[in-house]
Amino acid sequence: MSRTDPLIEGAFWQRQNEVIERTFLEAEQLHHLKETLDSVYSNVPFYKSRFEKAGLIPGDIRSLGDLRRLPFTTSDDLRAAYPFGMLAVSKEDVVRLHTSSGTTGKPKAIFFSRQDIENSSDLIARCLVMTGTGRGDILQNMMTYGMFTGALVMHYGAEKVGALVIPAGPGNSDRQISFMQDFGVTAFHITPSYALYISSLMQERGIDPGKDLSLKRAYLGAEPYTEETRRKIEYIFGIDVYNCYGLTEMNGPGVAFECMHKNGMHLWEDHFLMEIINPDTGEVLEDGEKGELVLTSLRREAMPLIRYRTRDITRIMPDNCECGRTHRRISRILGRSDDMFIARGVNIFPQQIEQVLMGIKGVAQNYQIVLESFDDITVRAEISKDLFDGNIEHLLDLQTEIADKIRAEIIVKPKVELLEPGALPVSEGKAKRVIDNRTM
Amino acid sequence: MDKVRQVSVFSENKPGRIQKITGIFGEEGINILAISITSTNGFGIIKLLVDKCDLAYEKLKEHGFTVKLSEVLAIEMKDSPGGLHEVSQILSDKGINIENAYVYVVESRARAYLLVEVKDIEKAREILAGSNLNFFRHEDF
Repeated sequence: MSRTDPLIEGAFWQRQNEVIERTFLEAEQLHHLKETLDSVYSNVPFYKSRFEKAGLIPGDIRSLGDLRRLPFTTSDDLRAAYPFGMLAVSKEDVVRLHTSSGTTGKPKAIFFSRQDIENSSDLIARCLVMTGTGRGDILQNMMTYGMFTGALVMHYGAEKVGALVIPAGPGNSDRQISFMQDFGVTAFHITPSYALYISSLMQERGIDPGKDLSLKRAYLGAEPYTEETRRKIEYIFGIDVYNCYGLTEMNGPGVAFECMHKNGMHLWEDHFLMEIINPDTGEVLEDGEKGELVLTSLRREAMPLIRYRTRDITRIMPDNCECGRTHRRISRILGRSDDMFIARGVNIFPQQIEQVLMGIKGVAQNYQIVLESFDDITVRAEISKDLFDGNIEHLLDLQTEIADKIRAEIIVKPKVELLEPGALPVSEGKAKRVIDNRTM
Repeated sequence: MDKVRQVSVFSENKPGRIQKITGIFGEEGINILAISITSTNGFGIIKLLVDKCDLAYEKLKEHGFTVKLSEVLAIEMKDSPGGLHEVSQILSDKGINIENAYVYVVESRARAYLLVEVKDIEKAREILAGSNLNFFRHEDF
């Protein structure tokens, strides 16, 4: 297989686990679920009391179908348990702490045992190998190192497959570009908003990201983004872009990942049980229906979580994938039930607006949604430098086009502000798209 | 007919944007000959006729402005009552529609230019070639 072909069909990190027959997979899942339930019931007082309230003991869970009898765990539960309340092993057996910050209140403390670190690296390794990254690759890791899991977990996984990792972190964008040029970087791990920013910076510096660099692929995560944005990034850099999904509570990135077919992300079901629920009622939905992803960790030691509500909206894609992996896929994250906002009584995800903006010529990559009242949405979009022609009528037309197309998508007609390129804050981590100034 | 170019700058309608532009021009020794500002719906376009338009374009770009260089017709007129009327009469007779226009006064009470933006400048130039209009002269810069 040629090194330049990233579609390395048949490349597996843990082949047996990845193509395991569903019946064996389910037997394995049940075994690990029981172990996990025993562990949390005996070691985590929070779970013991939750189970008792539900009138359950771990022995009552005899099949995977019984899972839905168990109560959910929410991020509020994790905050309430801060700092050590959710720990299922002794502190001496924990080797790492990550936190996942919320916008308000205490962070969530997430602990890793040595085996948890090992497992999370293996999951990332599966993800990298199935998209063609391995020995000989140079991976520039442009996610935030630190309390956020995004960078570190990727780092360990990439080293595990033998890639040369550049722990660049985000920011210092000119240095990022020099690294890519000087070391012949072949892959990078980045947020979509930062990827777009870097690409426009390269163009300003006279570098054609598609021709002047050795990049072959990028792994994009940490923020939900649209298919239009993926295509745009693939086009600008001349690379393959793979979607990844993860959350600190479940090891960080590498929970679900796209294979070379780029059609949904395989969620590693030997490590996580997944359910899709109606976020309002908690009812479990059928495969294929859109709802909130709920995950139960099957192999986490330090801090197993039962039916954890991720707040991420997606759907299960139950069909078999051509790559041969038996782990079901989830669609790209369609939004976070947290990010969803309501204007004029309509449920709106920022991604719907992003999708419209990315399809309009004359608009640059950065945007913001400002909510001042419950009736009005203001969309602030930067105009594209290259398409400015000095004609005010064209800008007025652009303004109307944006407003009309957004209304067609979300029913509500927004007020549109056109901004100078660079007017909005540049995100080097997670982009803040919605500014909610409303008061109840 | 000499070509005259203007610099167009996109700007959000907020305090300090013009001042930033004039500051850059001051530092670079660029002289503003004429300026026009149109604003609507929270943004505007500033059009500038300057003595060093390539330098102005480069410097504004360097400072992150969204800029465009484009050509305008610079039609000479008398800076006295009836001056604009004479010119606009000819344009109207020839069926040329003005998209945007502003004035550069070269010599007060004597001579000025009407800077005219039209949809198709090549065509306008052809149409006006045989008219009595005088166009921009280099020594005026």
